[in-house]
Amino acid sequence: MATTRHAKALARTAVSPAVVVLFLWMIVPLVMTIYFSTLNYSLLDPESGAFIGFQNYTYFLTDPGFLTALGNTLELVGGVLLITIIGGILLALLLDQPFFGVGIVRLMVLAPFFVMPTVSALIWKNLLMHPVSGLFAWLFKSVGLKPIDWFAQAPLTAIILIVAWQWLPFAALILLTALQSLDPEQKEAAEMDGTPALSFFFYIVLPHLARAITVVILIETIFLLNVFAEILVTTGGGPGLDTTNIPFLVYAQALLQFDVGGASAGGIVAVILANIVAFFLVRMIGRNLEA
Amino acid sequence: MARASSLQRRVTTTAAGWIVGFLIFFPILWMVITSFKTELEAFSNPPKFLFFHWTLENFGIVQQRSDYLRYAANSIILSLGSTLVGLLFAIPAAWAMAFAPGKRTKDLLLWMLSTKMMPPVGALIPIYLLFKNTGLLDTHGGLIAVEFLINLPIIVWMLFTYFKEIPGEILEAARMDGATLWREIVYVLTPMAVPGIASTVLLNVILAWNEAFWTLNLTTTHAAPLTAFIASYSSPEGLFWAKLSAASTMAIAPILILGWFSQRQLVRGLTFGAVK
Repeated sequence: MATTRHAKALARTAVSPAVVVLFLWMIVPLVMTIYFSTLNYSLLDPESGAFIGFQNYTYFLTDPGFLTALGNTLELVGGVLLITIIGGILLALLLDQPFFGVGIVRLMVLAPFFVMPTVSALIWKNLLMHPVSGLFAWLFKSVGLKPIDWFAQAPLTAIILIVAWQWLPFAALILLTALQSLDPEQKEAAEMDGTPALSFFFYIVLPHLARAITVVILIETIFLLNVFAEILVTTGGGPGLDTTNIPFLVYAQALLQFDVGGASAGGIVAVILANIVAFFLVRMIGRNLEA
Repeated sequence: MARASSLQRRVTTTAAGWIVGFLIFFPILWMVITSFKTELEAFSNPPKFLFFHWTLENFGIVQQRSDYLRYAANSIILSLGSTLVGLLFAIPAAWAMAFAPGKRTKDLLLWMLSTKMMPPVGALIPIYLLFKNTGLLDTHGGLIAVEFLINLPIIVWMLFTYFKEIPGEILEAARMDGATLWREIVYVLTPMAVPGIASTVLLNVILAWNEAFWTLNLTTTHAAPLTAFIASYSSPEGLFWAKLSAASTMAIAPILILGWFSQRQLVRGLTFGAVK
């Protein structure tokens, strides 16, 4: 009895440093952001700092830029999810087959995930998507099509493609891991019965992957809501507001326009959005922890 | 008959697999090839795939003109520094949660995870102002602190899942023999946990190396790592494709290799044990 109590005390001591620093990291900036969001606070005006209640929120939420940014954020998250989930399932099915060099192909598929965001964004923007000298332009021309000026004609699509390329390996890897836990006997039984491949996929494989797909969707969403570097180095949020998402809008408000109050209100809106997703993710992982 | 069709099937999947793999890998390959071109040939249209004048000059120029090695050193300092500090906090915490779990351990773990879900823009403004007022902007110390905090939940989680696989009886035996907490961790737990710790370090170094929100917003020159260095090529006057490619190749090569070694741990670390 004494030892367990002793161990419990020790355990508390061992856990507390991590808990304390994380608690401070989570609470202090959040409280400060909430506080700033109620002030008329501009870095350009040393006299500013008066309490104005919810005016920053009214300003931020009624700013036409906010709705555009919210729309762009949703389009970016949705577009990337669509590409990575469908592509990831197909890739996982392919990589689950035994074929010559599957190990090397798996490494090639995985590679984009390890490329830092600024590199992938600039390589795609210049080497591939440049309207004159990019490789895509050459490909389009060689089949007789007019090259697309990606960052002028479809800037958000261009960013979606870049980000999807970065996240496709993640989805494929997670789904492949889940796929490999499928009972091989089920597969054999289906083959013996002569089950058509499509019904096998829709009635056995897809339900088996459901959990992993949910996990991929939730985790990707957390990260995709925060896409920033790719936008900063390619479009700077433009042309106009065409590629400005919520994080970029908050960044621009704070560090380009020096409006601390308005940007803080935007930051809180972003926190609320992320928390809606986090709520479901944490519940799901928590359920798994018991199993 | 059946043999022939299974062989045919194998040939088809092999072809499909290699084509798909090649297409996904292509942007990286193209970048590496471009890094060996002259600026003129990097822009040439139609593009030159293999038959051009291969040169190493870009790598030298990137170093000479913009002191590439300083940024690389910063990347190493930040990713290793934040990982080491993270381990210091995470090992005792994960030890306690795995071997002396209480009623609230599960809630605590989930709460730690939820801090990871805070969008960085929610903390950007106060952290920026705090750093500005205390002179921490563009310093190694300040950035290590931030990188360590954003990845601490992942470190704790990963270590927790690995520690849980170590039989607790061994630790109890050590405790019975009168080992102190410190000795128990250093001499009993750590040697058994080394593989798990190594995987955790690997994944965390990768994540910190590629982190591009805080590094872009909190550094300018002194502590700026490779993410920020590459970002400087986004300005219109900096569009030298061969040099961008050379700098990028050097920036991603070490982490790509580390990443390839850690692919199994990646699933574990990034799904918090939800997919095994």
